[in-house]
Amino acid sequence: MSFTDILLLMFSAVLVENFIFSRFYGCCPFLGVSEKPDTALGMGMAVTFVMTVSGAATWAVYRYLLVPFGLEYLQTVAFILVIAALVQFIEMFLRRFIPALYSALGIYLPLITTNCAVLSSALLIVQEDYNFIEAVCFGFSAALGFTLAITVFAGLRARMAYADPPRAFRGFPITLIAAGLLAMAFSCFSGVQL
Amino acid sequence: MNRYLRQLKEGILDQNPTLVQLLGMCPTLATTTSLENAFGMGMAATAVLICSNVFISLLRKFIPRQVRIAAYIVIVSGFVTAVELLMRAYLYPLYQALGLFIPLIVVNCIILARAEAFASKNKVLPSAMDGLSMGLGFTFALCILGTVRELLGSGSLLGYRVLPESYPDMVVFLLPPGAFLTLGFVIAAVQKLRGMSEERRRRRSAAPADTAAGATAPVAADGAHSAGEADGAGRKED
Repeated sequence: MSFTDILLLMFSAVLVENFIFSRFYGCCPFLGVSEKPDTALGMGMAVTFVMTVSGAATWAVYRYLLVPFGLEYLQTVAFILVIAALVQFIEMFLRRFIPALYSALGIYLPLITTNCAVLSSALLIVQEDYNFIEAVCFGFSAALGFTLAITVFAGLRARMAYADPPRAFRGFPITLIAAGLLAMAFSCFSGVQL
Repeated sequence: MNRYLRQLKEGILDQNPTLVQLLGMCPTLATTTSLENAFGMGMAATAVLICSNVFISLLRKFIPRQVRIAAYIVIVSGFVTAVELLMRAYLYPLYQALGLFIPLIVVNCIILARAEAFASKNKVLPSAMDGLSMGLGFTFALCILGTVRELLGSGSLLGYRVLPESYPDMVVFLLPPGAFLTLGFVIAAVQKLRGMSEERRRRRSAAPADTAAGATAPVAADGAHSAGEADGAGRKED
């Protein structure tokens, strides 16, 4: 496992296989919390934080708890519990020790438990059989891709607020169509050979 | 009996979880590349939704309020694991096509929303019916999307070639951008229809007894309308 491999893994997780535009993980917060660029960035940062830590935690739980006891089929239950506990723990930790970060991320943290990007990154790490360093890097860079997508999209939506679409398209439909166009832009990365 | 029928209509049309409440977007966008996958996903989610609603409704007096979300997640993930194992045993091709989206039913907002908003406050039978009607509404929405995308993207339905060979397959509808665009046009069509029916209701507010007659009409119009709209979008893109 060389340094270049890690770099390639991260590049592909951020751009080529972007969680939102090519795999559809985490679309709910992507469409729900992207009205203003700064809240979108806050959500992205919270997700990055949780996904990096949960990548490491679920890797350890799978390798040292589920595999030795032959309980691999319980991975979904185990991972969602680990993620829920982790989010709760991170929330308490931040409130106690880093209040500034807590007040910035606080409201987004509880939402992350049901963010499918976090659970799917944990499941993908198991599926792809990553080692510990790869798991952490994958969690971090996939979340970075999520942050990139949600921030760019929030910028688009901030400008779209001044547009005047037909009445039936107002609100959610025009947002989805904008997301479709952005997905087209991102799909040009799918031709990149690594 | 009447009450259950009304619940069914609410779930499939008036309060459709995907097209009206806009919940559960990830599986809606990801698994609708063909009608078969869309239907399979909808049925898997429906099964989980019915079981979890019944179970949560049974336990609603025993679950403490503070930890209720965690308790719901454990219950739901148990049923999801059961469905996943059953699908791997009996429906292996579908299991492979849907991939990670079967375990991801755990974090589908529709299921937690129904647990929190309905099953935790109601008796078992209405909760089961609520699960069934919301699940069917989800399946219905997925099937609309699956039909449009499979028809435009590969010119076939359920794997059989429907459109003539001269039709050029618009692969973009099978790719992620097509998913976002199709869903956008379908929801726009739904908003248009809802706006129209609301206006009609306002105009006839003097005679409020025509809900039963108006109930069936939007379905047929809905499918045709959305297909037509998305078709137009496809042509523009081509």
